Amino acid sequence: MGSAPASDRALVPPGGTPSYVADSVRTAAKILVVGHFAVGKTTFVGTLSEIRPLRTEEPLSQAGAHVDDLAGVPDKTATTVAMDFGRLTLSDSLVLYLFGAPGQKRFTRLWTDMLQGALGALVLADTRRLHQSFDVMGLLEEFGMPYAVAVNQFDGAPHFPEEEIREALDLLPDTPLIGCDARDTASSTKALIALVEHLQTRPALAPQES
Amino acid sequence: MTPPRKREQGLVRAYVVTDGRAHPTRNTLDIVSLVNAVPGRSPAGLTPERRAVMDLCRGGALSVAEVAGYLALPISVTKVLISDLIDSGHIIARAAIPKAQLPDVQLLQEVLDGLRARL
Ligand SMILES: Nc1nc2c(ncn2[C@@H]2O[C@H](COP(=O)(O)OP(=O)(O)O)[C@@H](O)[C@H]2O)c(=O)[nH]1
Ligand SMILES: [Mg+2]
Repeated sequence: MGSAPASDRALVPPGGTPSYVADSVRTAAKILVVGHFAVGKTTFVGTLSEIRPLRTEEPLSQAGAHVDDLAGVPDKTATTVAMDFGRLTLSDSLVLYLFGAPGQKRFTRLWTDMLQGALGALVLADTRRLHQSFDVMGLLEEFGMPYAVAVNQFDGAPHFPEEEIREALDLLPDTPLIGCDARDTASSTKALIALVEHLQTRPALAPQES
Repeated sequence: MTPPRKREQGLVRAYVVTDGRAHPTRNTLDIVSLVNAVPGRSPAGLTPERRAVMDLCRGGALSVAEVAGYLALPISVTKVLISDLIDSGHIIARAAIPKAQLPDVQLLQEVLDGLRARL
């Protein structure tokens, strides 16, 4: 058995051995990676994360807590919503967290937690079912969260001209639309870069200090 | 068909470990707030769940979300535990998103530079 006294021995938490944030880091930013089921969110986060991606599950209802969260949820068997996330160290003083979560028809507490303070969102889309991206795009728009759309080219998926995809998704002219392979580091990084470049061009960057 | 999730029991229990409270005492905690244990602070007297948070956060800083992930707890529960531990002087928040001035021009540039450097 181990030689360290019991009190000094770090227990390995259920999620595995932790990888800590560097001491010099002062700022943590977050970007959301969203989209419907099987669109590549977990893959995208895993491709870019320097830590083994983590997952949390949030109950959709708890006795006495946010009972309204369940109102209007048609599928009462969906009692948890899961979120995958990963971390990238961008400089000595800055880390970026990527949060991947499925679209929801309405806000849940987890979505509010994710959206709060996020820089923006990357919406992953699949040309075989573009309409399934509407829920999540609607939610982002409702919250005023800026986003870019990254189309993952799945094997065997039809290839559409950009204009057709823009139209099918009803994108605003300045919303970036990029192609992306969520399994590829450079491709996924470029998708994030396109999003951040878009965020820089937004006019309403002034703080809403009132 | 995927089998039903086994975690549900754990979730109910997790709710109990916060003494039935669903909301943290402070609302300034973000899921990317970086927290670590106050050095030398003893976990004596803490509940097992709070002690587990302390033990995890002794090794360095982690975001609230990472604490939740490593301890297999919902974010909401983790926020309650961490804010209690901040109140009792066991945990300190090192850095949080400067919400008031987001989105910040300089922060966006730093994020962009960091991403470009990875290509
Ligand atoms: N061809 C292709 N396959 C992908 C891409 N992204 C994800 N996949 C595959 O699609 C499946 C679902 O991806 P996953 O990340 O689990 O989707 P999630 O449900 O959105 O998290 C997996 O088998 C991935 O390997 C992509 O960009 N291109
Ligand atoms: Mg997934």
